[in-house]
Amino acid sequence: MKTIRLYLSQNAGLLLAIGMFAVIYLTYVSMHPHYGMNVVTQNINETLALIFVSMAQTVPVLVGGLDLSVGPLMTLVNCFGSVVMAGTGGSIALGIIAALALGAAGGFFNGCIVVYGRIQPIIATLATGAIYIGLALFLRPTPGGNVNGDFSWAFTNDINELGLTYGWFDDAGIFGVIPIQFIILLLIIVVVWIPFRRSTLGRGCYAIGSAEGAAYMSGVRVNRSKLAAFTLGGFFAGCAGVYLTMQMGSGNADAPQAAEYTLRSIAAVVIGGTSLFGGTGGVIGTIFGAMVLRSISFIFRVVPEDSAFGFVASPLLQPLFEGIILLLAVSLGAARVFRVRNRLSLFT
Amino acid sequence: MPFGLKVDKPILLGSAFIVIILAVGTAYTLTTQGTATFLSPTYLLQQLHFGAFLGVTAAGMMMVILLGHIDLSVPWTLAASAMLATAIGGLLGDVTCIGVGLAVGLFNGIGVAFLRVPSMIFTLGVNTVLLGLMVMLTGGHAPQSAATDLMLFLGRDRSFGFLPHSVVVWAAVSAVLVFMLTRTPLGRYMYAIGNKEAAAYLSGVRTRMVIVAAFVMCSLCAAIAGLALAGYSARAYQAMGDQYLLPSIAAVVLGGTNILGGRGRYSGTVVGVILIVLLQSVLSVMQMEEGWRQVIYGAVIIVMLLVYGRGQRVES
Repeated sequence: MKTIRLYLSQNAGLLLAIGMFAVIYLTYVSMHPHYGMNVVTQNINETLALIFVSMAQTVPVLVGGLDLSVGPLMTLVNCFGSVVMAGTGGSIALGIIAALALGAAGGFFNGCIVVYGRIQPIIATLATGAIYIGLALFLRPTPGGNVNGDFSWAFTNDINELGLTYGWFDDAGIFGVIPIQFIILLLIIVVVWIPFRRSTLGRGCYAIGSAEGAAYMSGVRVNRSKLAAFTLGGFFAGCAGVYLTMQMGSGNADAPQAAEYTLRSIAAVVIGGTSLFGGTGGVIGTIFGAMVLRSISFIFRVVPEDSAFGFVASPLLQPLFEGIILLLAVSLGAARVFRVRNRLSLFT
Repeated sequence: MPFGLKVDKPILLGSAFIVIILAVGTAYTLTTQGTATFLSPTYLLQQLHFGAFLGVTAAGMMMVILLGHIDLSVPWTLAASAMLATAIGGLLGDVTCIGVGLAVGLFNGIGVAFLRVPSMIFTLGVNTVLLGLMVMLTGGHAPQSAATDLMLFLGRDRSFGFLPHSVVVWAAVSAVLVFMLTRTPLGRYMYAIGNKEAAAYLSGVRTRMVIVAAFVMCSLCAAIAGLALAGYSARAYQAMGDQYLLPSIAAVVLGGTNILGGRGRYSGTVVGVILIVLLQSVLSVMQMEEGWRQVIYGAVIIVMLLVYGRGQRVES
């Protein structure tokens, strides 16, 4: 009983995010006229890039810094990917590895400036973000690129389509309807995030986020953990870029889109229960945070126009409702203000 | 003595860099066109005319950064106030513009100071709501977006044939803020809260009211910039605030203000604004590719901060 209560209190943010996602998404499902696995595939297709960018934001936030370059880095990897992933077969695989490596390198560069340059992350990444957009513009002054259509199709649909496209198998049965994006995401969590979270480096990141001085005094290798956090963030941004390349089949150095992804990633991190001051949270909550953000906009598509709430289906009102829901979601954290006995405890 | 006349490192280096930018630009124009365009008073006044909008925005941004907060709602505060003002038109429109700034600032301030939602995320939400409101109001039909007389007077017109009124607005806003920062208790409280909010609270400062005041100042500055910018471009449009958010933060930080709050001088922000405006202008006159411009812009920020903005190593 005590352990359950402890688990609940330690993961309140994550559970709240899951709850919010469940309510919003179930509303969407119940209103959708033709709900099925193809709708799920379509939904996750629209969400995965945001999920990866938000994961990229989470890791630097855990060590107590904000990364304004996640969107631009995603854009850079997208443009780079549209160049190196353009072949067929093995060269695509090499291209993906190169693109992911570029993402990690971008994150490592951010980390070096933050750790060795001792510049505040938010302002260091504002500057590197401009650099990444600049480099992306060199690669793709105009949108373009030609990624293999079969490959694009196979990796942005369900498992059956993957088998059909390459002639590997016809029907994978019940597993065949699972969207491939879901497998990709699961793989990255299991292979990358969970080992990192359990490693000394990962625990060091949480320690630094809670109290950097105390972490240093306890022998945490602060610099190494911070570098690892930013590099991992860059890797996740690289995943977003690679996925965007697969989805679009081309590269586009779109600065406004990059900025929008960055801002949304901050919102997703906060809704996912990670503290902007660092030290608590994780990418699992963030995934749900990103899905909450996207599901909100899904709902507006399926509200029947002749119902009592038909007026919210107007596309003109969508940004307003999205904003209000975002504001309400982040204001939920204000509840603690009304519980504290001593206002002094608010300042720490 | 933080308020003395001693010139500090960021301001000195920023000014030196401005000279370097102008020297490089002049060398370029001398070799290609044989004229020193960048040193002509007409060109410099033109840059100040346009830079004043960033100057006013950055001045407001500095007020919240001094507290260790940030205001991401600036782009749509600027756009919404200008758009509503032009839609109503006339003197009432101008009053509305300032009113919108006041209201957004109060709302931000209450959310950050009383609900204690992190400013980064609360103002981000407010930005989205303002965007939504403007899309709702202007999406279906096209309301009037022509600038009012006051906007044209402030943003476009010049006196005596050379003095742009936008520069006068910038100077007036600056004078008020400098007086407030250095000569009033409010200014002292802002530095105190930026350094350690708990200590300021225990010293009897009504910290919540100070935070609200700072956010109101920031949004008011954004609204004033919107008023003048709408005059400059003769109309209000949706994306008018977008290119002011990150440059205004960069200008404040380049001017030596600590992004975590508590330290920074107003003159530094002015130097930061002039630096950014001149850098962008010189790069575009040199017909640099957009990619290079972004890379150089980012590199300049990093290099300048490496020279003077390095924080303390955390060791205890």
